[in-house]
Amino acid sequence: MGIVHGEEMVLNIGPQHPSTHGVLRLHVQTDGEVVSHIEPVIGYLHRCFEKHCEHLTYEQVIPYTDRCDYIASMNNNFGYVVAMEEFLGIQVPERVEYIRVIMAELNRIASHLIALGTYGLDVGAFTPFLYMFRDRERILDLFELTCGARLLYNYMWVGGLSHDLPVGFVDACYRFLDDFEPNLKEYHDLLMYNKIFIERTADVGVLPAEVAIQYGVTGPNLRGSGVQWDLRKNEPYSIYDRFDFDIPVGTGQMGSVGDCWDRYWVRAQEMAESVKIIRQALQDLPAEGNVHEALPRKVRAPKGSIYKRTESPRGDLGYYIISDGKGTPFRVKMRSPAFTALSVLSEIASGWMISDVIAILGSLDIVLGEIDR
Amino acid sequence: MMNAAVTEQIRERFPQALAEGKGDLFGETAGEDFVALAPEPWLDVARWLRDDPALKLDSLQCITGVDLGPEQPLEVRYNLHSMLHHHHAEIRIVVPREDPVVPSVAEVWKIADWFEREVYDLFGVTFTGHPNLKRILLPEDWEGYPLRKDYTEPETYHGIVVPKVKTGWE
Repeated sequence: MGIVHGEEMVLNIGPQHPSTHGVLRLHVQTDGEVVSHIEPVIGYLHRCFEKHCEHLTYEQVIPYTDRCDYIASMNNNFGYVVAMEEFLGIQVPERVEYIRVIMAELNRIASHLIALGTYGLDVGAFTPFLYMFRDRERILDLFELTCGARLLYNYMWVGGLSHDLPVGFVDACYRFLDDFEPNLKEYHDLLMYNKIFIERTADVGVLPAEVAIQYGVTGPNLRGSGVQWDLRKNEPYSIYDRFDFDIPVGTGQMGSVGDCWDRYWVRAQEMAESVKIIRQALQDLPAEGNVHEALPRKVRAPKGSIYKRTESPRGDLGYYIISDGKGTPFRVKMRSPAFTALSVLSEIASGWMISDVIAILGSLDIVLGEIDR
Repeated sequence: MMNAAVTEQIRERFPQALAEGKGDLFGETAGEDFVALAPEPWLDVARWLRDDPALKLDSLQCITGVDLGPEQPLEVRYNLHSMLHHHHAEIRIVVPREDPVVPSVAEVWKIADWFEREVYDLFGVTFTGHPNLKRILLPEDWEGYPLRKDYTEPETYHGIVVPKVKTGWE
């Protein structure tokens, strides 16, 4: 029997669809069941973050950064305050640095738990999602204990933190880590080394390293393609140079380097690395230190500009801040890692089946709030 | 290679492409941190930046559009990074407000496709040679370029009243 060439069909996935992880529309051209081209349509969550910033003082920008990547708000705060502190030349107390690292890494674990749990949902496994949310809930409890908020923290300020650690935080954090570490193996057995899961993800949506770099893909997606690139190691900011941790990279254990399974595996390993960092930070946490000590009375940046990037759970999160010497920023640009990750979708998903597109999209771990800003 | 040496190399290789010495609103002068270029030769410079073995700026980190003020020109800033040599460079291109045109570098770095669409969407800078230049964040029928300093919000959009932004926090 010869191959039947039918007409191309356009399939619209979204804007409301469980696997789009937000409000995203995919304009998918299909030839039968095979996808020939995808055009992501974004902007549904555009809230004019950059325009708002021009009307706000430098401190008032921080709550807005929370709302960009709402799954990893601590890391968004972190990137902004690191950029501002370098711009202003502020040295923050040691205790503040350690607390920031602890919070950022806890948030990274929470973010990866969502990424992996919802990825399970995307490919048809419901149970791991519930298990992972159970652990994420405990991280959110720790955040709530610290700053009162569970999702949008406004915790890191330029020059300090909004609150010091509450009484009993260190013990509670150790308790969480002790409970969490054995759970990791449970997750891996449940999902990562599950035969059905491997069949769905190994060798699917392979992202070669050169393509990833061409498209500016960063973070776990880039590392899944075998590139050892992590700003915490390569361009250490804050105090990341003091900690001993590894950068897991994809090796193609189940298929080829850079497939969906490798991206999943990298995130799973990163959670263990984050646990290592948090343990070291809790160990060395200075007992003394006022978290409000280095807060400037009024943030007024000198004329000029700065581009600073940090490693958020999704990749290189950059802030380009321009100041004209007044009390409000002249321009704030956020370089979003999920934006670049989504742009590569058509390149790696073309030629796959429609159901594989869902698996590939989920493996990129996008957050639409950050893409649309 | 140090970042200052990178910008020095660009100056030496493309002296005719430089657009420096015009003075900057923010007290910054082209030096170690960035190179100011004229728009026309940008595509050739970009290809060279990516392919030159000593530079290998293979990763385009960010494209930032800037409106320098209501009566001032627009600016496009490119942050480049080399995954091989671990050095950076920043390129700035100033274009007139009335006719902002910059050559597209989407063929040099694929991600420039989306980044340029964003700058087009919010600042109205036209990128010649771009494969698919249309709005990306705003609806396709939106009028005006919101991140320009002289932008005024429309009163209504498809019959929906647009809420006013408060000004004057300072």
